[in-house]
Amino acid sequence: MNKTYYLFAAYTVTWIIHIAYLGTIVRRYSHLKREIEELKKPGVSS
Amino acid sequence: MKRAFPILGVLTAILLSYALYLALVVAPTERTMGDVQRIFYYHVPSAWTAFILFFINFGASVFYLIKRNPAADIVALVTAEVGVVFCTVVLVTGPIWARPVWGIWWTWDMRLTSTLVLWLIYVSYLFLRRFSSSGQTPLLAAALAVLGALCVPFVYFSIWFFRTQHPQPVMGGGGSIDPRMLHVLLINWLAFSCFAYLVCWSRYRLEKLQRDVDHAHALESLLAPRGSVR
Repeated sequence: MNKTYYLFAAYTVTWIIHIAYLGTIVRRYSHLKREIEELKKPGVSS
Repeated sequence: MKRAFPILGVLTAILLSYALYLALVVAPTERTMGDVQRIFYYHVPSAWTAFILFFINFGASVFYLIKRNPAADIVALVTAEVGVVFCTVVLVTGPIWARPVWGIWWTWDMRLTSTLVLWLIYVSYLFLRRFSSSGQTPLLAAALAVLGALCVPFVYFSIWFFRTQHPQPVMGGGGSIDPRMLHVLLINWLAFSCFAYLVCWSRYRLEKLQRDVDHAHALESLLAPRGSVR
């Protein structure tokens, strides 16, 4: 295999890992936002 | 503060793009390894960034053990999580570099094995934080983080103390490096450090918000009449 493929593979995998982690942060943020909206609704639990 | 985040985000994106350009185009090609050596510009800065994050985790954990400060606990959690991400990059890019250069993906040499052990320690730290609901979790996690941090200098200096296939460290080691390569390496490190700082910042805000919401839920269940809690 051409050695350059390894270079591009390494750079691509690096960014896949970082973007995947950023994706989990964004997903948790949107989940939390929904929870906050629920909490703000008057009389949800009463 | 709210305005600073997008500005820093844009600046970091520009810096990362510039660092990528330097690594792929400007940095001289290494004589024996060729272009595959350029993996070094992502592998080494990721390792340095992970080590720094683990040291911040150590400092925050010690502070938490002494003062029981919740903010220090959040800093410890966040830096461990982002540190594991950077350490994962190190463990993935290393074998991708090793395959064409050494002819093997992995060898149980001291540097590689100790890095894997370090990664496993911090992954277990995150598992502890995620799945233990005891009130003592931050305390146990802080103790584990102190032990984990002891592993960091061992990983870095393992090249000095043991016979290993891994190249000598660029800083403080016996290896030498072309000044142009060093310049590209340092720019990439700066870019990844800024990126790590921004990720830690957003993760800190998320964790703080999560704790506030959990607190609100706890209050809600305390104040709600019986049988009406979701």
